[in-house]
Amino acid sequence: MPIVKSIYDKRPRPLDAILYCIIYFCASISIITLAGIVTYVTMRGISSVNWNFLTTVRSAIKGTFGIAGNIVNTVYIIIITLIIVVPFGVGAAIYLSEYAKPGKLVSLIEFTTETLAGIPSIIFGLFGFVFFGTTLKLGFSILTGSLTLVIMVLPLITRNTQEALKTVPSSYRSGALGIGATKWYMIRTILLPSAMPGIITGIILSVGRIVGESAALFFTAGSGYLLPKLGNYGEGLFEKVLQPGGTLTIQLFLSMEKAEYDNAFGIAFVLLVIVFGINMLTKFLSKKFNVNK
Amino acid sequence: MSDKSFSIIGTYKTKNTVERTAEIIFIACAMFAVIAVFSITIYMIISGTPAIFQVGLKDILFGTVWKPTAENPSYGILYVILTSIVGTILSILIGVPIGLMTAVFLAETAPKRLAGIVKPAVELLAGIPSVVYGLLGILLLSPVIYKLELFVFKGSSTHQYTGGSNLISAVLVLSIMILPTVINISETALKAVPVQYKHASLALGATHIQTIFKVIIPAAKSGIVTAIVLGVGRAIGEAMAITLVAGNGANIPLPFNSVRFLTTAVVSEMSYAEGTHKNVLFTIGLVLFAFIMLINIVLNKVMKGGKKDADS
Repeated sequence: MPIVKSIYDKRPRPLDAILYCIIYFCASISIITLAGIVTYVTMRGISSVNWNFLTTVRSAIKGTFGIAGNIVNTVYIIIITLIIVVPFGVGAAIYLSEYAKPGKLVSLIEFTTETLAGIPSIIFGLFGFVFFGTTLKLGFSILTGSLTLVIMVLPLITRNTQEALKTVPSSYRSGALGIGATKWYMIRTILLPSAMPGIITGIILSVGRIVGESAALFFTAGSGYLLPKLGNYGEGLFEKVLQPGGTLTIQLFLSMEKAEYDNAFGIAFVLLVIVFGINMLTKFLSKKFNVNK
Repeated sequence: MSDKSFSIIGTYKTKNTVERTAEIIFIACAMFAVIAVFSITIYMIISGTPAIFQVGLKDILFGTVWKPTAENPSYGILYVILTSIVGTILSILIGVPIGLMTAVFLAETAPKRLAGIVKPAVELLAGIPSVVYGLLGILLLSPVIYKLELFVFKGSSTHQYTGGSNLISAVLVLSIMILPTVINISETALKAVPVQYKHASLALGATHIQTIFKVIIPAAKSGIVTAIVLGVGRAIGEAMAITLVAGNGANIPLPFNSVRFLTTAVVSEMSYAEGTHKNVLFTIGLVLFAFIMLINIVLNKVMKGGKKDADS
């Protein structure tokens, strides 16, 4: 007589158990590694960060180290890059989603935008070095670095704006056009304000990318660490644009190369905090964005 | 805002001019990306080819000796190319399975609360500058690898000790660096699988594990492939993070050899290179660029294929 088995009895599945183990094992590897990175950087970095570290520059005479110059350079590069890239990126997105009709040109533009997003930063660095630095004779300067980064973060702005424009209901468009508004008027007064959170998200992500960039800036913006001189009427602030200036990440790399690990970890911790802040901002904005929808 | 020429009650003529100008400006903005890619391509080719004529294509691509500053210089980058390929493949082989399983864990088997903590942490790590990974690699990983190296080559007298800066360290740094990217994108892909697929599979009596491996992962295939291709792109293009941990000798890519990647070759020598040497570095850039364009075209095909799958 065969053994009566209930259909509710589960057949043991050793393979399932093994796969579960693999999943949990892999997950714990990555979680422990990633958590370890954050903890380690925080623990080692927090002790080197103090007021002097943040507000002075490196001084060989006093033997002190500070990152104020690098912070200023980073801010310079962020501002100049954004001033140039935002109009271009938003304009491109408006063309792609409001004017363009599907065809060769649009797929070419979309393909090149994708390609730009996939090119590694060292290639941008080489290009910026040859084109902006040598051909246009800008040399190692904050402007060269910013122009290089413009090309690099363009896809981020374009894509985020495009996504935001997609979520604007088409009834807004037909409504505006229906009461006699021209297309440009409709874009300016209806579409752009509605897409603003998406554009801002793109800007914040770009800031994140710029802050973390190293290879593209190494050959373009150089590695100056001094604060800009004010000059008599503040013209030094503008001259700084044509002088070399290393961002925080570049300084981190240089400190690492010289085996000044305490300074390096201090900068790494500052960068971690900045990235954390940027993430929080994007989260906050996308939540706000969802409510609008 | 109350500028008359922009008013909706402008005359037909002004409206028309403004409209035309606006459209032209937007087209110009959109062409910016096209111009950028074309000029990058042209400039990479212009600055990468002189060395090919100076040294000879065969001597560069298939030469194995890299001595650019010697009296009788030779510029073979075969080992450098091989290192980039081997290093990328190895880091993908390590990083992708771990990343994918972590994504499965986050999307399917993890308790909601734990996933809620881990997910933002992974997103945070995706944004950390890669140099930070290199810094940790050289401080934490290299000493461990050095001990391993001392252990493996205990009796050997021919081995050149690398002090822990070798292919293994570089590959490990790369695989950890691509983890957040792989986890994020595959998790999104897994979450996008229609929940009916899962329910149907469970209703047919499949266990959760069977459902994950036979239904959900195959359904999320195109997203996972995207994650892998992006991981490859990030690994092959990374420069600063591995400059110090790779050791920087142009050797055959064996685990305990000090190696040089396409990217690290450019970074470490660009600042002082001159003449033919500099041109060869640009050729290295061109080779890297060719690899990246190949990856981009593959990615483009995959994305389009994925879209067709979703439509049908």
